[in-house]
Amino acid sequence: MIDFIKGTLIIGGALFILLASVGLLRLPDLLTRMHATTKAAALGVILVMLAAAMHFAEVGIVARSFAIIVFILMTAPVAAHVIGRAGYFVGSKLWSGTVKDELRPNYDPLTHELKSGLETQENAKRQPRETDPD
Amino acid sequence: MDTVILISQVIMSLALILTFVRVVRGPSLPDRVVALELFSTTVVGLVGVYAIKSDVASFLDAAIVIALMGFLAAIAFARFLERGGPRDD
Repeated sequence: MIDFIKGTLIIGGALFILLASVGLLRLPDLLTRMHATTKAAALGVILVMLAAAMHFAEVGIVARSFAIIVFILMTAPVAAHVIGRAGYFVGSKLWSGTVKDELRPNYDPLTHELKSGLETQENAKRQPRETDPD
Repeated sequence: MDTVILISQVIMSLALILTFVRVVRGPSLPDRVVALELFSTTVVGLVGVYAIKSDVASFLDAAIVIALMGFLAAIAFARFLERGGPRDD
């Protein structure tokens, strides 16, 4: 019974990782590729680590594999966010079928500034702060 | 159980090959960074499966280290891109 559950988890995890790489290969632009890899690969590794925890079934090793799971759950979104942000800023092209890019009308790539569209004359002026570098 | 592990290793190796195709083709540097991150995640999965196969739990420590290195590499690449480092796509 345990063997059956373990085998299912391992095969499922491997298939999710394969799915992530197929998505990485097939999808049209950076953001859709990231959407495929981040979630599917994280789930795949989580399933494999659950199988490892069931295989060894000792307190220390189960804690270790759960530490890997928590680590991946914490780092995968952060890494995806940072890469996606960098990719947008260096101007990677979006897919031609993209419906909405809400950053485009509000973001100025030259000055690297973001506007909400609700500025009044008063608060559009930048207030110098004590923490400014120079 | 050995058959299951063999099958999963084959599947993950196929995933590595497909990811590598994207590393080679990937039109821009961010695409390659994403592919390299998936590379490290896949290797973590492979190491986990190998830990089960060989019954040696210490491989999980190696998996932790590889996951950490992949994360740090992604962060460093993103900083590099945002600071406008030299690019040769």
